[in-house]
Amino acid sequence: MVAHPETAAAIHPPAWSVWGILFLPLAAFLAISLVTRRSRGASAGLAIGSMGLAFLSTVNLLVCQIRSGGHAALELSVPWIQISGLNIEFGLFVNPLAILMCLVVTGVGLMIFIYSVGYMADDPAFSRYFAFLSLFAFSMLGIVLANNFVTLFIFWELVGASSYLLIGFWYEKPSAADAGKKAFLVNRIADFGFLVGILMLWSLSGINLLPKTLNFIELEARIPVMAGQLGTSLASPLSMVALLLFCGVLGKSAQFPLHVWLPDAMEGPTPVSALIHAATMVAAGVYMLCRTFFLFAAVPDALQVIAAVGSFTALFAASMALVENDIKRILAYSTLSQLGYLVMAVGLGGYTAGMYHLTTHAFFKALLFMGAGCVIHALHTNNIWHMGGLREAMPVTTMLFIVGSLALCGIWPLSGFWSKDEILALAFERNKLLYVTGTLTAGMTSYYMGRLLCAAFLGPSRDPRHHPHEVPPVMYLPLVILAALSAVGGFIGIPALLHHAQAAHVEFNMPVALISSAVAVAGLALAWRLYGDGSTDEILLQKYKAVARVLSNKYYMDDIYRWINNRIQQRTAIILGWVERSVLIGFIINGVAGSTGFCGWVLTRLQTGKVQIYALSIAAGLAAIILAGWRCLL
Amino acid sequence: MSPVTAALLFPFAGAILLLAIPENRTDIVRRVAAIFTFFPLAIAVTLFFLYDHARGGYQWLQKIPWIPSIGVHFQVGLDGINMVLLLLHAICGFTGVLISYRIQERVKEYYIFYLLLIGGVSGVFVSLDLFFFYLFYEMAVIPMFPLIGIWGSGDKLYATMKLTLYLTAGAVLALVGLLLVYLISGIWSFDLIELQRYLSQNPIPAHIQTFLFPFLLVGFGVIAPMWPFHSWSPIGHAAAPSAVSMLHAGVLMKLGSYAILRIGIQLLPEGAYAWMPLVAGLCTMNIIYGGFVAMAQKDVKFIIGYSSSSHMGYVLLGLACLNPVSLNGAVMLMFAHGIMTSLAFATVGHIYDQTHTRVISEWGGLSKRVPFIASMFAIAALASSGLPGFGNFVAELLVFFGSWDVYRWPSLAAVFGIVITAFYMLRAVRTGFFGPMNPRWVHLEDAHTPFERLPYVILVAALVLVGCWPGPLLNMIGGSIETILDHLAPLRSVARL
Repeated sequence: MVAHPETAAAIHPPAWSVWGILFLPLAAFLAISLVTRRSRGASAGLAIGSMGLAFLSTVNLLVCQIRSGGHAALELSVPWIQISGLNIEFGLFVNPLAILMCLVVTGVGLMIFIYSVGYMADDPAFSRYFAFLSLFAFSMLGIVLANNFVTLFIFWELVGASSYLLIGFWYEKPSAADAGKKAFLVNRIADFGFLVGILMLWSLSGINLLPKTLNFIELEARIPVMAGQLGTSLASPLSMVALLLFCGVLGKSAQFPLHVWLPDAMEGPTPVSALIHAATMVAAGVYMLCRTFFLFAAVPDALQVIAAVGSFTALFAASMALVENDIKRILAYSTLSQLGYLVMAVGLGGYTAGMYHLTTHAFFKALLFMGAGCVIHALHTNNIWHMGGLREAMPVTTMLFIVGSLALCGIWPLSGFWSKDEILALAFERNKLLYVTGTLTAGMTSYYMGRLLCAAFLGPSRDPRHHPHEVPPVMYLPLVILAALSAVGGFIGIPALLHHAQAAHVEFNMPVALISSAVAVAGLALAWRLYGDGSTDEILLQKYKAVARVLSNKYYMDDIYRWINNRIQQRTAIILGWVERSVLIGFIINGVAGSTGFCGWVLTRLQTGKVQIYALSIAAGLAAIILAGWRCLL
Repeated sequence: MSPVTAALLFPFAGAILLLAIPENRTDIVRRVAAIFTFFPLAIAVTLFFLYDHARGGYQWLQKIPWIPSIGVHFQVGLDGINMVLLLLHAICGFTGVLISYRIQERVKEYYIFYLLLIGGVSGVFVSLDLFFFYLFYEMAVIPMFPLIGIWGSGDKLYATMKLTLYLTAGAVLALVGLLLVYLISGIWSFDLIELQRYLSQNPIPAHIQTFLFPFLLVGFGVIAPMWPFHSWSPIGHAAAPSAVSMLHAGVLMKLGSYAILRIGIQLLPEGAYAWMPLVAGLCTMNIIYGGFVAMAQKDVKFIIGYSSSSHMGYVLLGLACLNPVSLNGAVMLMFAHGIMTSLAFATVGHIYDQTHTRVISEWGGLSKRVPFIASMFAIAALASSGLPGFGNFVAELLVFFGSWDVYRWPSLAAVFGIVITAFYMLRAVRTGFFGPMNPRWVHLEDAHTPFERLPYVILVAALVLVGCWPGPLLNMIGGSIETILDHLAPLRSVARL
């Protein structure tokens, strides 16, 4: 184990406490699946306890960090694979960025774990649920803490697998089983690019005859040299590496065109959506970009591509949320769109702004998802047009949901305002086109959140059969904490924690703030005008039929993939299957076997066992020989 | 007596002992089989930890002159490579006996043939004499014939005929190569160690090596199975009873790649260098073509069968690169894939014995009824897709790292192969085990007792252990790989000069 040299004077937490952050949830997973499967209380207790300890341990890290002046970094590693020519360690690297992300994962995660006790109370597979949640937490913390690309990739894949298990948690439901599979496979396709990027980076890192490496700290030192020798244009190998690594982000952070798995992932239990598909897993891609920002910062052209993809995803996803009727899917599209913001921010060089918004987004999106979970728990429907009138029936949930929505819309002084504004101000400075799409997205965000609020909470009750009642405290208390964080998250100095030499810095920009606030308010006002009186979508849908059809079919992206899947992939499989069966085996192999058999059959005709035939052959042969000799004699 | 000889003789002794036991005492028959496969496992595990890394090389050597006039010796010993494979074989053999407790028909004969098969395969791994190597190789093929023909299922006669013919034809081709090497070397010895030592000092001229290598490559490649000689294997797996499929896909197929490494590459390095680019191309076909064909299958054993031939493509790619990283990966993958595929065949067997169908679309929602078996299948599927935490991931990663700078396009195809694997494996899990339960299977029984679960637990534990902590295994393999490459490097430079 080695300490990072720059930190010789810094105050270090004991190494075991850092390993503990990572391995406590794993221990909980193992203990639950091997020992406490049958005891619901013990399972939940183990999961929550381990997460709580991990959180406290992270807080301890933060304290050490602050006491040592904010620049401490700590690297812990053990050798994992040692072969001549390849040396891979299993290691952790703690820096302010990792501490922030750890706080988000363990803090928000803890709230979601507690909430789950109430939400999943009636589920027969309660223990399995907490086992999988703990496995997920372990994997996610691994991504956060990893100190090299291989360790990162290990956890990256484990996150995919635990997400697969959690989305398909209710595996008997075909839609849930399909959604889990889809999520895993889409991520796998993305990871193909990611892994190729890692291999390529590894191969390039052996510059100046140095041993090849994938360690972040060593790479950070080498990147300038590599950039100098290999060039930084879009066609250079280094840009190629950056874009291939970004492929992985396309999958994990669900960017266009690999966003398709996220809306379907809403088939999982709602707390899972809050944890995985809002606060943590989908943020992993963006976090990875920040963690290895030294690499991306060296290739500005690749960053431009990344920013463009992000901003397109932001706008594209927000537009699909406009016509969605499923409360969780609205939030899913909103997540996609906010992830687009984050990717755009990093693409613009706004490492700090991206992480800032990532953090506040984790607070309010987890809040919104769990709020939606409360509603679903009470009404057993996901359709916002079957809800309504929840203001009276579920006042606490309604209040909390409104706080979350306003934070998401970026209303002053809630956290979303500050973090989103930082991104928009950055875009305003760097790229006006991205600024415009960003602002437009902000307007759409307020509109669809306004529509959701009006339909589900503020409008009249639409279905008299529903008798919703407020959820138990174990469910709303975590929400209260998240609501408080969503409200004041803008004032707790998150950007100050993060320093990065290569990151872009922006000052608060008053005109940008005013414009985005005006757009946000306008979006909410428009939604209120259209839906405030309890009316539904019907008139609008009639009026803009064509647009509505495209949007509610999700731009036919799922159909395109289905076509590729059925027509190209499956047909290739069937054709090759036919080649194997009919050509290779049926024709060539069985043909060889058959013709051997046939020759044998022909030859057996000669062995008749009849003496007269043998005598005849002998006589014929003799005749032939005599004839041949006769001709010579002549 | 060397403990290696003991590990080799136990299965044969068991088979002989079984002859003496009355046919109707199946309980004793099973126990004897279990005990006589457990001891080799215990020996293999013990030797694994006792191996002296500082000394390296072959250890626990035992050499008995057999036919001195033509240089045949019974010689056994273990280095890092066959140690790992012997361990794999011992694990698969023992768990296979436990899985076979379900067999009801002609139990005694079944176990006799099964033990002979195990003995034969062990013999191939531990023999350090070409004559005995070949003898055991043929000895392994023979019990396979009745095992599939009698206790198998489906198109079993076609399968067993094809398998035997293929393996024998491959063996004959390899025999020609081996005899030519023996004759050309001119030292009248089948002793592998002696041959290696002699040939590394007096190498066969490069062009002759290039001529000889294909005999070994194709001959052993048939069993590896190298595309396009793979088609005996999926149907062989499918028709065989579960434990035989386990041994077959788990261990037997590794004989091919082991022999290419141990004999082909070590004795004919120049030939290997000349032909390996072709192997890199063919293994791409294994991986991609095999993967797509697996995707088109409906019978779950065929899915796993084609998946095996696809995954052996990674092993061949690892061999083709001839560098320490990729060779370590190849040997480790032989181990990990063997365990993984045994796990998969064991679970499929458990279900097939009750459903009597393996068409995956006829299963449906089995998780509800057989949660333990379903989790085992899901673990096998995820491990096969290269999920970290399981040995396959580490091994495949090593192959990728090793091949990236050597064969760029085949490695890209190989990386893409893990996407293809995930597609058909997860689809199998989805179709067979998730979704609403097919009411036909309400009577299905899970593996309930700890004894029934033991084989699965052993396999998963092995897979996870090497996946999370590959150090000891790689350490074991690595030393011997270094020795092989050390032999190659000077030889290669001498030949070039």
